[in-house]
Order: sequence, then structure tokens, then C-alpha cells
Amino acid sequence: MKRGRRTQAGGEGNVAGGGLIDRRVFLGAGGALAGALAGALAWQRPVWAETGEPAGPSPAMPPGVPAAMLAPGKPFSNYGQPSPFEKRVIRWISANSEVPGNGISWCPLHDLEGIVTPNGLHYERHHNGVPEIDPARHRLLIHGMVARPLTFDVASLLRYPMESRLVFIECGGNSNAGWNPEPIQSRVGHFHGLVSCAEWTGVPLATLLSEAGIEKDAKWILAEGSDPSAFSVSIPAKKAMEDGILALYQNGEKLRPENGYPMRLVLPGFEGTSHVKWVRRLKAVKSPVMTRDETAKYTDILRSGKARQFAFVIEPKSLITAPSPGMKLPGPGLYQISGLAWTGHGKVAKVEVSADGGKTWGDAALQEPVLNYCFTRFRMAWRWDGGEAVLQSRVTDDKSNVQPTREALIAARSPNDYFHYNAIVSWGVSPEGTIAHVYA
Amino acid sequence: MSMRRAAFLSLLAIAACGPCASAAPEGPRLGRAASAEEIAGWDIGIEPDGSGLPAGSGTAEAGAAVYAVKCASCHGERGEGLSAEELVGGIGTLASETPTMTVGSYWPYATTLFDYVRRAMPPAAPLSLSNDEVYSVSAYILYLNTIVKADDELNAKTLPQIEMPNRDGFIQIYKVP
Repeated sequence: MKRGRRTQAGGEGNVAGGGLIDRRVFLGAGGALAGALAGALAWQRPVWAETGEPAGPSPAMPPGVPAAMLAPGKPFSNYGQPSPFEKRVIRWISANSEVPGNGISWCPLHDLEGIVTPNGLHYERHHNGVPEIDPARHRLLIHGMVARPLTFDVASLLRYPMESRLVFIECGGNSNAGWNPEPIQSRVGHFHGLVSCAEWTGVPLATLLSEAGIEKDAKWILAEGSDPSAFSVSIPAKKAMEDGILALYQNGEKLRPENGYPMRLVLPGFEGTSHVKWVRRLKAVKSPVMTRDETAKYTDILRSGKARQFAFVIEPKSLITAPSPGMKLPGPGLYQISGLAWTGHGKVAKVEVSADGGKTWGDAALQEPVLNYCFTRFRMAWRWDGGEAVLQSRVTDDKSNVQPTREALIAARSPNDYFHYNAIVSWGVSPEGTIAHVYA
Repeated sequence: MSMRRAAFLSLLAIAACGPCASAAPEGPRLGRAASAEEIAGWDIGIEPDGSGLPAGSGTAEAGAAVYAVKCASCHGERGEGLSAEELVGGIGTLASETPTMTVGSYWPYATTLFDYVRRAMPPAAPLSLSNDEVYSVSAYILYLNTIVKADDELNAKTLPQIEMPNRDGFIQIYKVP
């Protein structure tokens, strides 16, 4: 922790410029440090700018016991719902005016904590709406280059040995406002929220593909959904056999309709399109089928005019969810910066945070668990002195891949790219405590 | 079991495994054999070599009428794009500062156009066009892109032979072993 003492801004426990503080402040063992800091300044929290919610504790205790203690409460419920006071925490829908089933809904990353996305808030990308599927009538066909073409029904699949995995799924088009020449001003979930993380449970694809006797030369598998666009893409057979899952459960309950009920593919670390929902058909083939959604879409045009295709693996990405645009810092003080990091290459190894636009960096605390192909929550203590600041995060994964700057990403691709944006994200903090998306 | 026999069996397992790289658990083997007829009814995909293309045919001349009724309200009278994306133009622009990516300029295979139109278009009634209508409307979109002539007949034989301008425009990032 020696390097942490090279303080630019000065002050107790600083690890980088702009007031970033040693992550030990979150540990019980850092008591002396925490005590020294808390003595100097109180912990603060960012608040939503437009709601006018109070930043600190109420000035006075409400008198007496609360009314809710004086009469019996509401009865049991068959399926619980969030508190009515949390009504504004919703997915933000953005769809085609003529084809309302073609669009997206954004996961409100700015309203969530931890690493698990509640099922009702998992992002959506549908190409022609959510099909209503009776599981008793649904079948999965495995055919093509296999010894034995087979069909599976849901009741049979539920008898197979299963596995569970916490896996993030990110749309290849997530964050694509980052390619815009001017920084978009909206909440973090409304332009980075086409990513979510859930525990998926199902049958290993290798079990089913082996039962069908997939041939050695079948290098690809066409996966097709039973939605009204017959969404289909080619996936590498090797990946399907390594760790692909035919998922039936999401966070402990059966898949939600909008997440592929009754079954979907989960290919850990791969972009969202390959996790085909409502999957009805897996056809083992020699080479890619070149569907619309692996040629016309989800490919990256480069300056040369050539395009990157089959860029399946999600590159390392991180962002700060609090504080973030739309929130306001009520005053100088200590803040806990909270954010998410993920990588399709494996595990998050390190997240660094900067408060001075990338001039100096300090290591954030990584919240356990840190798992392969899963969200990792990071936290950083920051002493805001009331001046201008630019907050950034930068993730390095366990294969030494580093999240690039926006400048580097555009240099490597093209300003005309539309997909696979994973550059460092910057929040500009004004002396008034407002937060804006900036390019820094 | 002798050591030698065990080693032999594990070798067999590897040889039979194909692309498998994991030791997946053996399931209860409840898959039901699918007949050729069942598969034929289910397999709606079209591949770049033309496999899967149905009988039937069409020309741009015939496709103009289908397009006007089924496509123009979203994609524009001549594929210029409205609420749905543009389908026409941009050939030769991909390496410019403002590339225009359309069926004509960007899509590498004509089979993809047939496949996508058949299974996904029009959104209000996917899989509702006849085979002749899909051939015709595909021909019309390719004609608007100056890739085929107005009276060129598209069918299961001629469609896969069309060389799209951006056929070699893609770099595969994921390396297949």
C-alpha cells in the first residue's frame, strides 16, 4: 500500500488524486483510518437530483411509534412485489414505433446494488415481441451433423443432471451511445443497461449434444428461437460443448417469458445474441449459416470498410453506477463510489478508479464473490472537496485485458462502429454537485 | 476392469466425442428420435450454399408488387427506409467516412436475404409469404441495388450463385479450432 501514500491532493489515507481513499477504509481493520476520516468529514450519499429527497437523516424523529404498528398488516401474497415506494425502479422501454415488439428495455443499473439482477428488471432485446409458449407443446430439436437427431420436451429435460452458474448477459449493442460524437446525457442504465446478471440453471449443452452424437466436423451450431422472427445465429460448437447451458431457471425460478421461457441458451462470456431465447432448434453444421443477425447486425465496421464478425467474447468493461448522471452530491464529504465490472474472458482481476480524469488511479475494493463471467461489484471511498472532478473506472481481467480509453477504442475500430463498445466511462462532477456524462 | 482396458475405453470416449472438450454428465438419454419428415417441417433455415431453399421462383418485376403491399410502408417506396431501415444503396461507401450499410452494400450473402424475409418479414405476419413471393421480393430488393436485372429469375439454383458486393468484407474474430 506504499504507492497509496503518494498523495497528490494530500489528506489522510489518499491513494490517488482528487481524494480517492485507501479501500481499507471499508474494512474493520481500517478502523483508525476510518476514524480519522470520519472525524474530518461525515459520510455522504448521492441523491436523485429531481426528487428533492433529503440527503441526510430526517431532522427529527417522528413522534411515537409508527402507525403501521397499530393495526394488522397486509396478508400473505402468492407472489411478492417490490414496495410501492419503489415504483419508479423500472426498465426503460425503447421500441420501434411501427413494430412495438422490436426494441429493447434497459436495466436500471443506477437503481440497483450488488451483482444479481432481479428477474423483473433483466434487460430485454426482442426482435418481434415475446412469444407466449406453453411448455407442454415446446420441443427442442437437435439435428444436422449428428448421429441421432433427437427432440426433447421440457418434462424430460427436467430429469437431466443440471448445473447453476451466475452469468452476465450483455447485448452486443449495449452502450452504443458511446460512439456518438457528443456524450449522451441520461442515466447510466439508460445507455449501459443492456446488460444484466443472473443465476442460470439448466442442462449442460454437452450432455444433450453428446446424446445426439454431434460429429467431429460440426464446428458450428445454428441456434433458432421460436419467436415471431425465428431469431437465429451460428454459435461455435466448441463453446457450446465447453460450458454452454440449456437454461430452464433464472435466479431460482423458471425463466421469465421475456428471458426465453421455457428454455434459452446461456454461453458464459459471449454476447447476448448467442444466448438464444425460446430455443427450438440446434442444427450442427460445418460452417456458419450467415444469418442476418451475424452479418448485417452485431458486426463492427472498421475504417478499412471491412467488418469484424463473430466478436462473441465480451471485452472487459466497468462503470460507476453511483454516483452517476441524474444524481447530485449534496455537499463535500466522504462518498462510497459503487460500480460494476465484468469480462467475457474470465474473472475481474482489478478495478481502478480515478477522480481526476485518468491522471491518477487507485485500486477499488472488489466485493466477493468474484466469479468467471459474472458481474463484480467494486467500491471506492472518495473524499469530495466540493471542486470539479472526473470519475472513471478501469477494469483489468485475469487474462490481462484492460478496458480501453474511448480514444483508443475509436482508434482501433471506427467512429462508425455501432456495436461492442467497452471504453472507460467518465462522469464529470461540478462544484454544485451535479453529475454529467463527459468524454475525458 | 484392467488398466489397459480402461485406457482403451477412455481413448474411445475421446474419439467419439467430436468437438467436446468437457466432461459433461451423462444424461438419462430421454431424447426422442426425430424422423426426416419431422425435421423437414422444422428446419426453416437457408444456408449460404443454398441448402434449405424451397421450390419456386420469382423476378424483380413480380417482386415490385409484393414489395409495394408488404414492405414499402416501413422500408419506403424504393427501399430508402422509413420506420424500418434502408435496404438500398451505399455500394462502394463502406471504406468512406460515412459508410451506408444496406442489403446491397453490406450483406455478404443473398441467401441471408431470402432466409430473413421468409422467417421474419413482414413483422405482422412472419412466414406468411409464399415461396414465389419471397423469391420475388428478394429479387426486387437486389434489383433496386443493381445486383440483378429486372427479369433475372431467382430460384433455389440461381439465388446462391449471386455474388454480393461485400462478399469478402468480413473478418472472423472468433477463431474456430
